Amino acid sequence: MSAPESDSAVSAAPVESARRTLLVTLVLCLVCSVVVAGAAVLLRPIQETNQKADLIRNVIAVSGLLKEGLTEEQALKRIDAHMIELATGDEVKGIDPDTFNIVKAGKDPTISTELTRREDVAGIRREPRYLPVYRIVGANGEFKKLILPVYGYGLWSTMYGFLALEEDLRTVQGLRFYQHAETPGLGGEIDNPKWRAQWTGKVLFDENWKVQIEVTKVAVDSSTPESHHQVDALAGATITSRGVENTLKFWLSDKGYGPYLSRLRHERS
Amino acid sequence: MSYQHKKIIFEPIVDNNPVILQVLGICSALAVTSKLSTTITMCIALTVVTAFSNAAISLVRNHTPSSIRIIVQMTIISSLVIVTDQFIKAYAFSISKDLSVFVGLIITNCIVMGRAEAYAMKHPPFPSFLDGLGNGLGYSALLMVVGVIRELFGSGSLFGYPILPLDRDGGWYVPNGLLLLPPSAFFLIGMIIWVVRSWKPAQVEQPEYKIYHAPRPEVAS
Repeated sequence: MSAPESDSAVSAAPVESARRTLLVTLVLCLVCSVVVAGAAVLLRPIQETNQKADLIRNVIAVSGLLKEGLTEEQALKRIDAHMIELATGDEVKGIDPDTFNIVKAGKDPTISTELTRREDVAGIRREPRYLPVYRIVGANGEFKKLILPVYGYGLWSTMYGFLALEEDLRTVQGLRFYQHAETPGLGGEIDNPKWRAQWTGKVLFDENWKVQIEVTKVAVDSSTPESHHQVDALAGATITSRGVENTLKFWLSDKGYGPYLSRLRHERS
Repeated sequence: MSYQHKKIIFEPIVDNNPVILQVLGICSALAVTSKLSTTITMCIALTVVTAFSNAAISLVRNHTPSSIRIIVQMTIISSLVIVTDQFIKAYAFSISKDLSVFVGLIITNCIVMGRAEAYAMKHPPFPSFLDGLGNGLGYSALLMVVGVIRELFGSGSLFGYPILPLDRDGGWYVPNGLLLLPPSAFFLIGMIIWVVRSWKPAQVEQPEYKIYHAPRPEVAS
């Protein structure tokens, strides 16, 4: 061992004494807490910008605006985000939809309500009272599409995603999950572009606005009249596929976005 | 840089690799190697943490009462890990989402603790820093090999760029799904250890016991 370095008042007491132990602990804790707190505070603004950008990027991806030839910046201008209260469908002012954290809100008892077993179709246990919705508007500000955050339990994990509806509020424009931990290669194929593409054009409601969508194990026969309510399940991922179906059923029901959707329909008819 | 210093850095890469020879830090090696982008981020994070925690622990080694030395090491290591995690969240957000808890779990990585206790407590700061760097690089070298194999044959790509055209996109390569699951890293690490120990037999451990061949009892029938 090398000789002790030239040191300060700390070495007044012998290294193994109780006073010295306390002093070392205190100094170490102070220094470490300053370093940790400093890093957290200084980097928070960058982290929050990242989080926002990430969420919006997912909204843009599901909106299909990029396919229409818009750049990300132009697409951003077409997105009109606001918060709604799920139970009533009312718009809520005072919460910033850009910084609203869906994952946290679903677990926070102050802004979420517990679901009974019967109600909890999607396996999410608690439902946030408020959620952001994104209206996509056309070049002249007219309503084009609606994007709704949805989530539900698959086989291993809660799958978080966005559902984009066409102008008629019936037809799927896209469904995309941005956060999940399903088995790679099986349930993880919910990310597969081919499977995602199947959803485009499917109709989620029947004539009486009852939810009708099914993930089927038998290949969808496009000649049958029900085929536009059916999507092929993922091979080898029955439970994940059922999770996706249940997620949609839950969020389109009266417990989910039902009140908001019916209000929007009335406004538009 | 003197010969001694070079030796401290390069010895842990092949001759004294923390994963291959000492079989430490396996847990994170299984979890983060399915994609190269996460692998390399984890490697950098671990190397930075090991190097700086070694230096910091070595700096205070003569002031640390031995009764609380482990907790002092843990405090320094975990502070550095939190700072590293914050940086990754700020500057590599999408990768940090894939890495989830594994950066935080560097705190419990045996390599970091092991080097602090075995080397930094007994040596001056600069060699300790190099030792941490070397062991981090040793860990990284193995992880990169595992990561390349897993991503190339599991998803047909490297760093997310397609190399082998996948059958589901109209190519010829059928990806091996097992390679995307954590156990495959176990098999790969096992095979790498086998290869390295065949190449350098000095790394083979002495057997702890030998099977004793008892003489057959001769029973008259």
